[in-house]
Amino acid sequence: MFKNWWKILASVFVLYSVVAGLLLKVPALPILHESIRNLYFHVPMWFAMIVIYTVAVVTSIKYLQTNNEKYDLIAVESVNTGLLFGFVGLVSGMIWANFTWGSPWPNDPKLNSAAIATLMYLAYTVLRSSLDEEQKRAKISAIYNIFSFPVMIVLLFILPRLTDSLHPGNGGNPGFGAYDLDSNMRWVFYPAVLGWIGIAIWIMNIRFRIRKLENKRNQI
Amino acid sequence: MKKTALFIIVFVSSLTAFAQDNGIDMAETLRSSGKIYVVVAVMLLLFTSFILYLFSIDSRLKKLEKEN
Repeated sequence: MFKNWWKILASVFVLYSVVAGLLLKVPALPILHESIRNLYFHVPMWFAMIVIYTVAVVTSIKYLQTNNEKYDLIAVESVNTGLLFGFVGLVSGMIWANFTWGSPWPNDPKLNSAAIATLMYLAYTVLRSSLDEEQKRAKISAIYNIFSFPVMIVLLFILPRLTDSLHPGNGGNPGFGAYDLDSNMRWVFYPAVLGWIGIAIWIMNIRFRIRKLENKRNQI
Repeated sequence: MKKTALFIIVFVSSLTAFAQDNGIDMAETLRSSGKIYVVVAVMLLLFTSFILYLFSIDSRLKKLEKEN
């Protein structure tokens, strides 16, 4: 029970974000209207994805340092979980964009770079499945993973800021703080982010333990 | 595991208890302000079952890990 405190905390945060995210007052803005509440559900997906990819890159580095298979397994499952959150983020963003920006894929630089980053991590899973020899697979995919992380950061946070983007905080658009003048949204947004990061790590943890069991069985 | 499930159920039911008004008209909350509370209830149910499902997978996995 005490070992699982963070799972309970994450659950409480997510449930709180559902209730408070739908009921608390939000700034009344043109175009966005009530859809501004998507901030509590769409954006945490990306935060969770970035944190879980950070876990992947750290464990990949640790794998190269120690050659301990455990780190390789954590890295794979982190990428798998990150892909799940990336896809959910993309699709939820497409629904939101359809009703506020007029089309599900308005060729916004941030959308395109998010898609490229997701494809890059999909390539990681393809790379893994194309290698049979375990140690070689672990080593090559760890190196690929370490290189794809900074590219993902550049794609998501630097390139969209250099051009015009529809996303807040990019290319001359004010950041979200400019819309949320009384900072009320932060009381829901930050718990939602923390909650979803916790859920992502939890899913990754479950997937890692399953993979460890499968690995053990295959070796016998 | 059972304690966790119980905790979450109590937590969720306490939320609905807070949402009740003290007026004489009963069962009004879920019908007020554009019926947004219905959406809240549905989403709460979805997310609670998702989380309980995660907890149950977790405990099944724990059993498997102990056997191995």
